[in-house]
Amino acid sequence: MSASTTNPASPKRRSLNLTRILLEGRAFFALIAIIAVFSSLSPNYFTVANFLIMSSQVAIFGILSIGMLLVILNGGIDLSVGSILALSGVVAGAMMQGVELDALGVILYPPVWAVVVLTLCVGAAVGAVNGVLVAIFKVPPFVATLGVMYVARGIALLMTNGLTYNNLRGREELGNTGFAWLGFNRLWGIPISVIVLASIAIVAGLMLSRSAFGRWLYASGGNERAAELSGVPVKRVKITVYVVSGMLSAVAGLVLASQLTSAGPTAGMTYELTAIAAVVIGGAALTGGRGTVRGTMLGAFVIGFLSAGLVIIGVSSYWQTVFTGAVIVLAVLMNSLQYGGPRKG
Amino acid sequence: MTGIVLAARNVAKSYGQVHALKGVNFDIRRGEVTTLFGENGAGKSTLMKILSGVIQPSSGEIVLDGQPARFANAAEAQARGISIIHQELSLAPNLSVRDNIFMGREIMTPFGVDYAEEERQVRLLMTELEEDIDPQTPVEDLRLGQQQIVEIARALSVDSRILIMDEPTSALSASEVEVLFKVIRDLKARGVSIVYISHHLEEALTITDHAVVLRDGVMTASAPRDRIDLEWIVRNMVGENYDLGSPPKTTPGDVALSIRGLSVPDATGQDLVRGLDLDIRAGEIVCIYGLMGAGRTELLETVAGRLRASGGQIVLDGQEVSHLSIADRIARGLALVPEDRQRDGLVQTMSVGQNLSLASIARFTRGFFTDTRAERALIEDSIRRVTVKTSGGEAAIGSLSGGNQQKVVIGKILATQPRVIMLDEPSRGIDIGAKAEVFRLLAEGARQGLAVLYSTSEVSECLSIAHRIIVMHKGRISAEFDSSVSKEKIMAASGESVAA
Ligand SMILES: Nc1ncnc2c1ncn2[C@@H]1O[C@H](COP(=O)(O)OP(=O)(O)OP(=O)(O)O)[C@@H](O)[C@H]1O
Ligand SMILES: [Mg+2]
Repeated sequence: MSASTTNPASPKRRSLNLTRILLEGRAFFALIAIIAVFSSLSPNYFTVANFLIMSSQVAIFGILSIGMLLVILNGGIDLSVGSILALSGVVAGAMMQGVELDALGVILYPPVWAVVVLTLCVGAAVGAVNGVLVAIFKVPPFVATLGVMYVARGIALLMTNGLTYNNLRGREELGNTGFAWLGFNRLWGIPISVIVLASIAIVAGLMLSRSAFGRWLYASGGNERAAELSGVPVKRVKITVYVVSGMLSAVAGLVLASQLTSAGPTAGMTYELTAIAAVVIGGAALTGGRGTVRGTMLGAFVIGFLSAGLVIIGVSSYWQTVFTGAVIVLAVLMNSLQYGGPRKG
Repeated sequence: MTGIVLAARNVAKSYGQVHALKGVNFDIRRGEVTTLFGENGAGKSTLMKILSGVIQPSSGEIVLDGQPARFANAAEAQARGISIIHQELSLAPNLSVRDNIFMGREIMTPFGVDYAEEERQVRLLMTELEEDIDPQTPVEDLRLGQQQIVEIARALSVDSRILIMDEPTSALSASEVEVLFKVIRDLKARGVSIVYISHHLEEALTITDHAVVLRDGVMTASAPRDRIDLEWIVRNMVGENYDLGSPPKTTPGDVALSIRGLSVPDATGQDLVRGLDLDIRAGEIVCIYGLMGAGRTELLETVAGRLRASGGQIVLDGQEVSHLSIADRIARGLALVPEDRQRDGLVQTMSVGQNLSLASIARFTRGFFTDTRAERALIEDSIRRVTVKTSGGEAAIGSLSGGNQQKVVIGKILATQPRVIMLDEPSRGIDIGAKAEVFRLLAEGARQGLAVLYSTSEVSECLSIAHRIIVMHKGRISAEFDSSVSKEKIMAASGESVAA
């Protein structure tokens, strides 16, 4: 008898799934609600100009949280993203100010593209340290990245003596202008930072849903032993996600430094927590194996639009912190409803 | 005098559109062993979970001692004297054997947990089960069979009057099953009522007092011991008779897998496999028989690339593969169906289809992208080949019955199109029809040159599939037979006392 198999397209089942849709689409509905509420509270909120400004602020967290998502899908966590962001900014700043080569007695001003490439390499290298610690030396991710978080921040402070590099616009006669392009320019009216975020999100989304690597990542986050026995190179996957996370932190660092045209060693403090929050609000499971780029992007926009909205209607920054915290807890609460809790059906 | 202690009356259970049970009446008789038979996905585990309070029925009622009863959860049922050994192990791997057995029921003194008393009781239980397991060992360090023993010990420690056993012996060897049956007879004598579920039909027949057969969520037959035999069970279960048959006629080709002087150490450096030599030819089916702890799993996991050997060579088609990764070995056609499906076989967060295709991603990747259509074809093909009962490739893996999950693990490895396939107790929890199907697939493969290394602790499986039977004992090959050997000889060579 085949009566116990089902036709998944039957209309009855669709309506039964309404609660599921609400649950799975919660970040989306939350975003709609936030936009609706603030639009009614302030006429300045619902304008194209404001949306573009808010989005370019979200870009920083958004880029970080995509890297964080990859690490969390793997069952890990990356606490060092904020520090890598600062370190990358400082490295880029130092190069923009000129690299003094004592032996030759000259000061080198690398062109902006070289600064960008080298900075990304720094981010990837710090990420690789995380990855090797976690994958090869079996240090728990929380501890490994906590350590790297301190070390990277420390190096940034040492490099600058605690000071900030200002005015990174470069100079015409040195041939290193253009750094501010990332933070200030627009393409078809859209800030470059938002375009960078969108491109990264699309690439990451395709990678997760359509590539072998994506499948490896979901599998090794869900059950590493089973994945390994199925031929998934679990160590390589693990190192890769930390390297990518480090590299994306460097991208975020460049965008931030460019937006501010300055780079300081204390930039990006607690950004790792915001990134984790975005991933969790987006429905990913901290135990690994579940989560999507779409969800994470929604999570990042929920946080960004909420805090921007609170600023616009003039709520104090202390209350902003309270609200953000409440949203995170609510999101995790719904996560446990979705994945655990009472049996479905 | 036999009375009915616990009964299900018209119990139905649905998961969305899946009707796992469709109005079942089921009686548990006092002081008797009631065996429950049925195909994979027939609803056996679902019924048992309802009777033990783990899940709630969609409709119908439970009658305990003649009174309607409701159990909100398993603890409530346990308080009324009902305990259950689950099909899927439910132990905390990081905790010790002792802590697992007394989890949630710790023996307290005014100063905290009385570990000494707990330990004493665990030792008593282990003596009763004739096992040598230290109460302090973390469960994750135990072999699958030992974990099953711990699960049994935990259920016994409760002192319940109704004990439900859902495939308690799937990872046990014949002599351990004997011991368990002795324990069951003792329990019966003390008036404990038992439900016993197993796909080892012969084995279950030796202990049953009353047999019940479920089919597609409906009870199809029920009869006392003296009116049933093997044929009756199979007929009611699947409607036809299966013959597992005899080894297929093939012409063995060149040596496909050659193992030379292989040694595998455990964590303390002691050898679990000692200088083992073994050759398998293309088209040959070789069975490894042995007791738990004989080193079979370690041997297979080392050949697959999961464990590191301390010495020796593994040669596939004339090429040394010892230094290759698991992925490379799979790519060259050497793959393992692992023993423990929950821990090593399945990714619970992925769907049935994604699990099936996991080991063959390369087969449907074109450049950077996976080819969705090719993947779906592969998944549908696998579901059909190993006869997985599921609503489709998108279903959650956890929604499958235990035996169907096992079929997914087998299907995943078959989908890699191996040249040498190793299977570690693959028939764990699959019904007789599915077993016949797996045997048919292996036989068909062998005819086309597949080399099969099949590890089992069931002698009858060896006899009906293998061209050659290797017996392992304490990490070494203790005997080698062809398929005309008798059961007794095989068991004697494994160091097992021939009890049955
Ligand atoms: N949580 C669930 N969600 C959806 N379907 C389920 C769920 N649990 C069980 N089922 C379905 O209910 C049916 C009966 O499953 P059950 O586990 O009771 O089978 P079983 O007789 O124990 O089989 P096996 O011999 O393989 O253990 C199966 O079709 C299974 O897919
Ligand atoms: Mg079952």
